[in-house]
Amino acid sequence: MALSVTDLRVYYQTLRGEVKALDGVTFSVADGEIMGLAGESGSGKSTLAKSLIRLDGRMRHAGGTVELDGRTLPIADDRAMDEFRFREVSLIPQYSMSALNPTRKIGKMVGELLAARGVPGGTAELERRLELVGLSKDVLGRYPIELSGGMKQRVVMVVSTLLNPSLLIADEVTSALDVSSQKAVATTLLGFRDHGLVTSMMVVTHDISLVYQIADTILVMYAGRLAEKAPAEVLVTAPRHPYTRQLVSALPEVGVRYEDRRLAGIPGNPPSLLNPPGGCRFRDRCPVAFEQCAEQPPFAEVAPGHLVACWKAE
Amino acid sequence: MLKLDGVSKVYRVGAFGGRALTAVSGVGFEVGEGEVVSLIGESGSGKSTIGRMVLRLTQVSGGTITLDGRDISSIRDRKEYYRQVQGVFQDPFSCFNPIFRADRVFALIKEQYFPGVGAREWRGRVEDALESVRLDPGNVLGKYPHQLSGGQLQRMLIARAVLLDIRLLVADEIISMLDASTRIDVLNLLADLRARGLGILFVTHDLSLGNYVSDRTVVLRDGRIAEMGPTPLVFGDPRHPYTRSLLAAVPRLHTKWTDAPVDGTADGTAEERAEDLPCAYHEAAQGSRTRPGLAEVADGHFVACSGCAGAAPEEKKMKERA
Ligand SMILES: Nc1ncnc2c1ncn2[C@@H]1O[C@H](COP(=O)(O)OP(=O)(O)OP(=O)(O)O)[C@@H](O)[C@H]1O
Ligand SMILES: Nc1ncnc2c1ncn2[C@@H]1O[C@H](COP(=O)(O)OP(=O)(O)OP(=O)(O)O)[C@@H](O)[C@H]1O
Ligand code: SF4
Ligand SMILES: [Mg+2]
Ligand SMILES: [Mg+2]
Repeated sequence: MALSVTDLRVYYQTLRGEVKALDGVTFSVADGEIMGLAGESGSGKSTLAKSLIRLDGRMRHAGGTVELDGRTLPIADDRAMDEFRFREVSLIPQYSMSALNPTRKIGKMVGELLAARGVPGGTAELERRLELVGLSKDVLGRYPIELSGGMKQRVVMVVSTLLNPSLLIADEVTSALDVSSQKAVATTLLGFRDHGLVTSMMVVTHDISLVYQIADTILVMYAGRLAEKAPAEVLVTAPRHPYTRQLVSALPEVGVRYEDRRLAGIPGNPPSLLNPPGGCRFRDRCPVAFEQCAEQPPFAEVAPGHLVACWKAE
Repeated sequence: MLKLDGVSKVYRVGAFGGRALTAVSGVGFEVGEGEVVSLIGESGSGKSTIGRMVLRLTQVSGGTITLDGRDISSIRDRKEYYRQVQGVFQDPFSCFNPIFRADRVFALIKEQYFPGVGAREWRGRVEDALESVRLDPGNVLGKYPHQLSGGQLQRMLIARAVLLDIRLLVADEIISMLDASTRIDVLNLLADLRARGLGILFVTHDLSLGNYVSDRTVVLRDGRIAEMGPTPLVFGDPRHPYTRSLLAAVPRLHTKWTDAPVDGTADGTAEERAEDLPCAYHEAAQGSRTRPGLAEVADGHFVACSGCAGAAPEEKKMKERA
């Protein structure tokens, strides 16, 4: 088992109290598995991604464990994590593309970044990897502004995977790209796994139809907890959690127009994570909620590899 | 209302600004009152540059942009302009100052544009605007930018534009960081605003979303218009090979890229395929070439040359004539 997360809780400390952005999540990612991670905006996807890499000063590890290839990740200990970061687990953060410094050449930035991570010099491997994702080594001599979004994204991806991490986490890497670059970037991710450069992957995204193209499994989060995990095909064709069902049916297919058919989102808002109510967190918006939902449903296996946190999902 | 006429943008790039990069070239289209025009095209095709020129964040290098017939660069009073035209961008983090609470963006517009409104009424308006983008006011007000997720910040910016009661909104890739359900809500909100007369320039890479809300679609390629027209025509009967290749690359549920038939529509570059398909521009009658470089193949549906072999002899002919 590449990654195994057990009852992980990570809270943000704020003046008004703790925001329970990750409140008891348990799941695993197998060797070679590409897992898509989807869910409502604000449900804790980026928090989960960051937790496996670096807790910033306001994040508190409130409980639970993370194991990677049989070793426990010391996620609360920033220094001890150095040994794992980039080497064992690597993150491509949300908006990393626009974070590239516009006044520095790509090659210079990459060099500094690698030095800061204590990676031995030598650009031969870097150039080989760039070629692998369809970029010429000339990009190293260019400024970020001279590259398209898709090219920048691939540079960031090459840098993040240079040390062949066991687990790669990609947070919204395709969101700002046009459809053809999305396809190129998604195929590149797939290539990383197929060439054995990374063992497993977590791909955070709002584009379920995109991640469906490359993922083996999809995990859906809701308000700091897990709602459903299933093989990709099953999740999009036969979801069992009421939230996943509504999420999947909210995807507009090409061809639907507003005048002809007004699509509906999911009415209501997710609960505040400051003092979240007990029981199932989807209760207020769930069309099939009943008394038992006042109690928190377990994230239980309903079929092989298919886990759901809902009392109604048999 | 908004009209772009032969608009171009040349950037100076390279170490000492020594090279010229033409990001936008000879682009012309209109956005009417209560009309949504979506701008699609691949990364680097000049979509954001057009948006930034409309918002007067960067100057045009050629051509003109007019609002109700007035050249926007001649409108001295910027505040007057921004009372009518506002933008929301791709990367919400860059729009917030990290040292202030995120809701300061609302306080600022009150100060600037609505100083006369009472505090209580203003609070009510802010809450309504937040609810219209599906944010819980109690959950987001009073927080700092880093305490909010990307999608939450994005929606605060949309709420801010809603509060201003503007005439034209430039929305650059504003929904890519939202989940499907929230996207639909925001799109429906845009559609409702449009019904109230708001014109929207909607930059997006998501073709199904562009198709869902927009009246007209402009397809950009390397800074030029490849095809434009009523959305149902551009999506239903695309005439430029580039538009077809974009449509073919859209990820779909239930169909994997790998299952798609290998008939040349899903693979290969637009150029490769252009050779096999007749070029709509060169097939069209001379008389239909009503705009520079564009042929009108149906009512309001314009298409540029696909880069076919017909272009070369024609250029030669034109040169000979000249
Ligand atoms: N530093 C912080 N302090 C307090 N609350 C925070 C902080 N960072 C995030 N949050 C809150 O934690 C929740 C989860 O945020 P997170 O960024 O993980 O969401 P997400 O699922 O990645 O959303 P998106 O899809 O919009 O990127 C949100 O409700 C957010 O407001
Ligand atoms: N300030 C700038 N200086 C120099 N070149 C620029 C600048 N801004 C944009 N460019 C270049 O102009 C071209 C068009 O960029 P633009 O940002 O308009 O594209 P876009 O269609 O919005 O792409 P994306 O989908 O990636 O957002 C690109 O080649 C880009 O590198
Ligand atoms: S547990 Fe109850 S409220 Fe929650 S999703 Fe299932 S039915 Fe709905
Ligand atoms: Mg996020
Ligand atoms: Mg752009």
